[in-house]
Amino acid sequence: MDNRIAVIDYGIGNLHSLKKALEFVGGEVLVTADPQDLRSAARIVLPGIGAFGEGMDNLRKSGMEEVLREEIIEQRKPFLGICLGLQLLADRSFEFGEHQGLGFIPGRVRKFDFKNSGAGELRVPHVGWNSLEKKFEHPLLSGVPNGANFYFVHSFHFVPEDNKFVLAIANYGYDFPAIIGYDNIFATQFHPEKSQKDGLRILENFISWNPKYAEN
Amino acid sequence: MLKTRIIPSLLLKDGRMVKSVQFADYRDVGHPVTTAKIYDAQRADELLFLDISASREDRKTFLDLVQTVAEECFMPLGVGGGITSVNEIRDLLKSGADKIVINTAAVENPELIQDAARRFGSSTIVVSIDVKKNPNGRDEVFIRGASEPTGLDPVVWAKQVEDLGAGEILLTSVDREGTMAGYDLPLLAGVVSKVSIPVIAHGGAGKLSDFKDAISAGASAVSAASIFHFTDQSPIKARKYLFDQGVNVRV
Repeated sequence: MDNRIAVIDYGIGNLHSLKKALEFVGGEVLVTADPQDLRSAARIVLPGIGAFGEGMDNLRKSGMEEVLREEIIEQRKPFLGICLGLQLLADRSFEFGEHQGLGFIPGRVRKFDFKNSGAGELRVPHVGWNSLEKKFEHPLLSGVPNGANFYFVHSFHFVPEDNKFVLAIANYGYDFPAIIGYDNIFATQFHPEKSQKDGLRILENFISWNPKYAEN
Repeated sequence: MLKTRIIPSLLLKDGRMVKSVQFADYRDVGHPVTTAKIYDAQRADELLFLDISASREDRKTFLDLVQTVAEECFMPLGVGGGITSVNEIRDLLKSGADKIVINTAAVENPELIQDAARRFGSSTIVVSIDVKKNPNGRDEVFIRGASEPTGLDPVVWAKQVEDLGAGEILLTSVDREGTMAGYDLPLLAGVVSKVSIPVIAHGGAGKLSDFKDAISAGASAVSAASIFHFTDQSPIKARKYLFDQGVNVRV
């Protein structure tokens, strides 16, 4: 099993905790801003906090976007996106204007909007521990019980074009995707590196993950 | 369902953990890293580190401390104390902080809230509001460790920091802080009703029912120090109590 993991550094965010958490479960971690490092890594993690537009700009300017496409879509390396790293997989987002995303998973990103939810006006950002409801079994969720709590902190969420990409949901006023993915792509809206035991379990599963592909 | 958070707060002064009463009479209460690890083991929902060190060297000690805690506790860490610039925020985030708490600088330079929220995302920026009754008996926002009045009304200021992009408010009653006499519920309810971002109640918790009262008054999270340092209550017992009271907590 190859556990060399590239964690993409594109300007901002708490990468220290993520690096330490991945090392804690046995990963060999390189935090890097150099796209070439993605080629030699066996696995790739796209973390991120902050705004969508700025995140995307940074990925583009550094040449990361192009290499990500090669390594994730063509080379099919195991990929983990976290928080903004999940949202950037979308086609587009409406955070501070409209922005184009990586487009790896058809869908868009929008702000929590409770108008038609019947839940009343909930507070945004959605901050704290919320429970998952699995939609599909997945190797990365092995050992993670249905209903386990994870730490979320976000104001925007993914809206997929097709529910087949939604691996787990959480509820805040309404159901929203907590995990999306297919084939070698797995992305969490929550922070596994901040979610104590169950979060570390997902990271541990990621290190030994050998993705299977849908027949097509 | 989103769970109501219980957040132990740890006050740091010159590299040591202290506890105050009404922002004075500091007592040494132990080693911060050890304490953080215990709270992690007790599955506290978040930890809040507030540094009141004066000197530069002690700031460096604080950064090292945040880094050490982040390496050992895989849980959310809020960090604040004397932060005045976007660069300091970046350094703290790099050291392992997840959320940044700003207080005095938010009042003196409200643009900092805006800049920081744009740069690091609203949900990273917590504005801390210290409130004291002024001689006229009205609630007033105080800064510089509650030593300096600002003339600001807490409810008006809370709304303003929300508009500037803050993602959460840490609301502290200075008069209650360290007294264990309960949270200032009218203050809390007043702020909660005017903003649509989460509000963390802080200052005064002395018994488990104080948590329940703050949550009933609209707090999204409850933060406390003395009750965990000086009584036999722990986040585990607090969670159990709140669960039995019908509050949605992590069990």
